[in-house]
Amino acid sequence: MAEIADSGGGGHKGGKKRAKKQSTRIDMTPMVDLAFLLLTFFVLTATFSKPKSMELTFPAPPPPDQKIDEVKKGITFLLSKDDRIFYYEGQFRAADDEKGKKTELAELNFSQGSLHKFLLDKNKEMQEKIKALDVKHKNKQLEDTTFKRMVKEIKADKESYTYLIKTDDKATYKNVIDVIDELNVNVVGKYVMVDILKPEMDLVIEKVGAN
Amino acid sequence: MSKKPSKGGAPALDMTPMVDLAFLLVTFFMLTASFRMSEPVAVDPPSSIGQVSLPDNHILVTIDNTGRAFFGISNSTAKMNALRQMSAKYNVPFTEQQIVKFSGLPSFGVDIKDLPAYIDANEQARTNFKNQKGVPLDTITPNNQLKDWISIGGTEAVKMYEEAKLKAVDAGGEFKAEKPRYAIKCDGKTKYIYVKDVIKTFTDLKLYQFNLITSLEGGGTVIDPTK
Repeated sequence: MAEIADSGGGGHKGGKKRAKKQSTRIDMTPMVDLAFLLLTFFVLTATFSKPKSMELTFPAPPPPDQKIDEVKKGITFLLSKDDRIFYYEGQFRAADDEKGKKTELAELNFSQGSLHKFLLDKNKEMQEKIKALDVKHKNKQLEDTTFKRMVKEIKADKESYTYLIKTDDKATYKNVIDVIDELNVNVVGKYVMVDILKPEMDLVIEKVGAN
Repeated sequence: MSKKPSKGGAPALDMTPMVDLAFLLVTFFMLTASFRMSEPVAVDPPSSIGQVSLPDNHILVTIDNTGRAFFGISNSTAKMNALRQMSAKYNVPFTEQQIVKFSGLPSFGVDIKDLPAYIDANEQARTNFKNQKGVPLDTITPNNQLKDWISIGGTEAVKMYEEAKLKAVDAGGEFKAEKPRYAIKCDGKTKYIYVKDVIKTFTDLKLYQFNLITSLEGGGTVIDPTK
């Protein structure tokens, strides 16, 4: 490597030394080393991806005097400890009455064959409709806005299920996110987080035990 | 300066373009780097298929796996103003230096009474701060500091946004910033009831839209069978 020639050991007094032909090349190696060091540092510390997030809207509490409508086609998920999910369909019934039988909880879990399949079966019709629209949209038979509007209409359709997610005091945040995620995967449009009711809690405790 | 290639020695290589490039990249990364502040607690959010990236302008509530709540505002001016108002409201005096220092801190999880000590502590001491019990958020008693932080912080952040917008419009430029959003970052193992308390605090303030921060990864809901 080229070097800056040093002046040659201590100036001789009055020495009529002829200036050596100095090389003007400087050694760039340390500079390059430093540059790459910095480069590596910034590459490694750079935060490329902003954290991803999931947008969720919670329902505003209904005015106190308003009676809660009966959910016609509802599925209620009850999340509990050890990643267990229970569900029942329709209105909750503490005992048999003229409209239907006493509510029994069925169990699901987070494996592909369980919750995913369950939601797939429940929403098949809706998903097929959306798929058909998607094909049309891809073939340019539908405008973007029309497509979006129609998908929205299908999702909000009265015939499709509404999902209620309730948790007991032992369910984890991960369980909740996983269920919401699974609903999103299945393009469900109507789901909501609700507080668990006492009789529902009792049913869950019956299944998992008080502790 | 003509130099004959020395026989037998290593061939001289012109490094200039490489160095140019290296410095170009260094400059690029230096300018684009946004340092992630070290969070007061390690939080491991669950994964989801959510593709919405977190807006730059946000008000963040972090909940760790023991249920402590931490509060942070991304806009530092809004953060300073919020502290001034909180200081007046709770009668806890802060010096100007403390307020400035506070604006540079990431989210915090202490009672406002302990906040001056927390700000004055160094980074090491801050991590092990003994009164780091989370921002108090009793939903029943009136001591819901988190609610005040969110409410005041939110108003300030919106004010900052409006000001920036006005300025941009006056200058005739294009305005691109987003409105502040409320984000919740929570550990996957946290019991949902703690999250519910925080959400209750938000809904009490008539805020119903959140960004729940989740880690990347495609939406797999398969739980590790070994667990």
